[in-house]
Amino acid sequence: MSYLELQNVTKEFPGVIALNDVTFDVQDGEFFVLLGPTGAGKTTTLRIVAGLIKQNEGSVLFDDHPVDDFPPAERDVALVFQQYSLYPTMSVYDNLAFPLRSPMRKLPEDQIRTKVEGTAKTLRIEHLMDRKTANLSGGEMQRVSIGRAIVRDTRIFLMDEPLSNLDFKLREALRVELQHLQKTQGSTTLFVTHDQIEALTMADRIAVLNRGRIIQIGTPEDIYDRPATTFVAQLVGSPRINLVKSQREDGSLLIENSDLHLPMPPDCEVPQEVLLGIRPEDVDIVPEGEFSGQVALTEPLGVETVVHIRSQDQTLVSLMPGLMDFRTGDEIKFNILHDRLHCFDLDGKRVQIK
Amino acid sequence: MFLFLGNYSKESYTLAEKYMATIELQQVEKKFGELHAVKPMDLTINDGEFVVLLGPSGCGKTTTLRMISGLETVTSGTILLGDRNVTWLHPSERDVAFVFQFYALYPHISARENISFPLRAQRESKEVIDQRVKEVAALLRIEHLLNQRPGNLSGGDQQRVALARALVRRPEAFLMDEPLGALDADFRESMRAEIKQLHIDQHATTVYVTHDQIEAMAMGDRIVVMSEAEIQQAGSPIDIYFDPANLFVAKFIGSPGMNLVSADYTQGVVSIPGTENRYPIPDGWRSPIDESVGGEGKIVLGFRPESAQLMAEGPLSGEVYASELQGAYSVLHVNVNTDDIVHIRTDRKIDYPIGTIVHFDINPQMVRFFNPETEAGIKKEVSQ
Repeated sequence: MSYLELQNVTKEFPGVIALNDVTFDVQDGEFFVLLGPTGAGKTTTLRIVAGLIKQNEGSVLFDDHPVDDFPPAERDVALVFQQYSLYPTMSVYDNLAFPLRSPMRKLPEDQIRTKVEGTAKTLRIEHLMDRKTANLSGGEMQRVSIGRAIVRDTRIFLMDEPLSNLDFKLREALRVELQHLQKTQGSTTLFVTHDQIEALTMADRIAVLNRGRIIQIGTPEDIYDRPATTFVAQLVGSPRINLVKSQREDGSLLIENSDLHLPMPPDCEVPQEVLLGIRPEDVDIVPEGEFSGQVALTEPLGVETVVHIRSQDQTLVSLMPGLMDFRTGDEIKFNILHDRLHCFDLDGKRVQIK
Repeated sequence: MFLFLGNYSKESYTLAEKYMATIELQQVEKKFGELHAVKPMDLTINDGEFVVLLGPSGCGKTTTLRMISGLETVTSGTILLGDRNVTWLHPSERDVAFVFQFYALYPHISARENISFPLRAQRESKEVIDQRVKEVAALLRIEHLLNQRPGNLSGGDQQRVALARALVRRPEAFLMDEPLGALDADFRESMRAEIKQLHIDQHATTVYVTHDQIEAMAMGDRIVVMSEAEIQQAGSPIDIYFDPANLFVAKFIGSPGMNLVSADYTQGVVSIPGTENRYPIPDGWRSPIDESVGGEGKIVLGFRPESAQLMAEGPLSGEVYASELQGAYSVLHVNVNTDDIVHIRTDRKIDYPIGTIVHFDINPQMVRFFNPETEAGIKKEVSQ
């Protein structure tokens, strides 16, 4: 049982407020992701939880007990960093066994062997046991780092962008491994990343952080389908959400600089001027579509095609499955899926369309 | 870094005017000591074409680009630019423009002065300079930023200024080395479209180096996939995606890449060892497969994540290993035997717990086969 809670945590560095009144909790067995751009305060949060730095205000609780006065070693957390910190001259086996041989634990060697071998099997690194870590590839090294963190039965895993230094294909593969591991072991995990795909694909819940403040906490579906602000809406999803200024005009919304009138439900309460968010997959190019435009550009990605559609001076990006054989300048028809529209006021806050 | 390479022709022509520039590499080779950075390579880049050199780090793509620019000498072979043999010409005599990943603009002068720098260096008249800067700034939509210094601009705007500086002197060809590599993901996405738009408007011959397969697919008229110092495949994005020449290309292109499952082949049926999975091969494959691997042998079954469909009576099955919401859709990772996890793109509302057994079929038009020994793709019979 391990449960983590941050209560009103604030951290100031000279001249900057790195964290401003941050409150969230990570449930037992949950994969919790802190997502945000560089400088959002993600790593600071993680380091406070680990006890590597101390907050100015607020409290960190493990299983309902404050740990604010505990040094890192007594917090019983396992850290995995972006830079793998392995002992280069030791074998993979000895690197994995290292935390178990520490004076605090001093397990008998036969128990260590059982644990190390079990961990190596889970991470598919059994064949590397006798190799020196200096001779491993980046992906293998990061697997060993993760192995060293999971080999002891830690209460909480803290991971700071562990996949960022790997190339794309490895990142993809390790993402799946990490998720499988966490789900099958049920370990409580706090994972920090700036990569929206990592957050969406692995998290049970995501906290979006910007400039030291939490903007939204929710499941990946919440964050993607009901972003609380334009910042969140633009942070997740690729290609990025279309965000266009729109005006109410008798019962419809007119997208600025275009001739696109979106019908609105009669009793809805949206302001006169709004920012309309339209996900690219909700712009559906079909022969009998209700809107028309010209193709400005197509980007064939194989599995899908990104089509940039122009209406007067406005451009909307559409994401269509498969191949779309259009040329620049082609006239096309399309629908905008009304029930999937996102509405924000001019300050960027979500407005519920009733 | 940013370099001007060119002999600064004094003629002034209009932006709309076309450059005639084919680039031809004939048996071009680069060795560092005994090590091949680029094995003898033939490649022709047509006038006005946008060609992407794609591959992982160390594959030789950047060395190839540097040899075209003249920043790197060739060990042997010939490089033609238009009808000129430029193999042994100094970079400045080749009339190509190089755009790098890092837009090292001069920080102490305005964007306008940065852009006009190459024209001032070639002593163009003030009228010509003003006119060209105006045109190129309009093209890149940075007119409102011309009086700012680079330090005050966002990463995307700095790269636009760097592009403007390359464009303003109208070289015969553009060489770009991961120009978007240093930008944030969202800037990269919009700059990708902008550079492509620019190419559609200008039609300047462009060689673009990247390790990002999405960038390559989105931008290239043609993609040259490189690995281990040689070309693995050159073709349109569609060719590369749907008909990869070998296992490397199949895996490298796509996110996730093509599913590649090691299997046994016997008389028209593919079976996955250690499982009940049997897949009868679709029409048109029998004789090319028999020819490649014989009537019986090892084979690699390939299919893209979107070409598999979950269905109760599907001939293939496996155990759910993980599932990932990717935004507009989900990807289900399925263990088909102890070694191979396949990726299946599904509707995002579908959620299976780990360990669920699922069945699936593959769209017969989209299935591919590879010879595991040669790693080459097997070509389907051309249907009548």
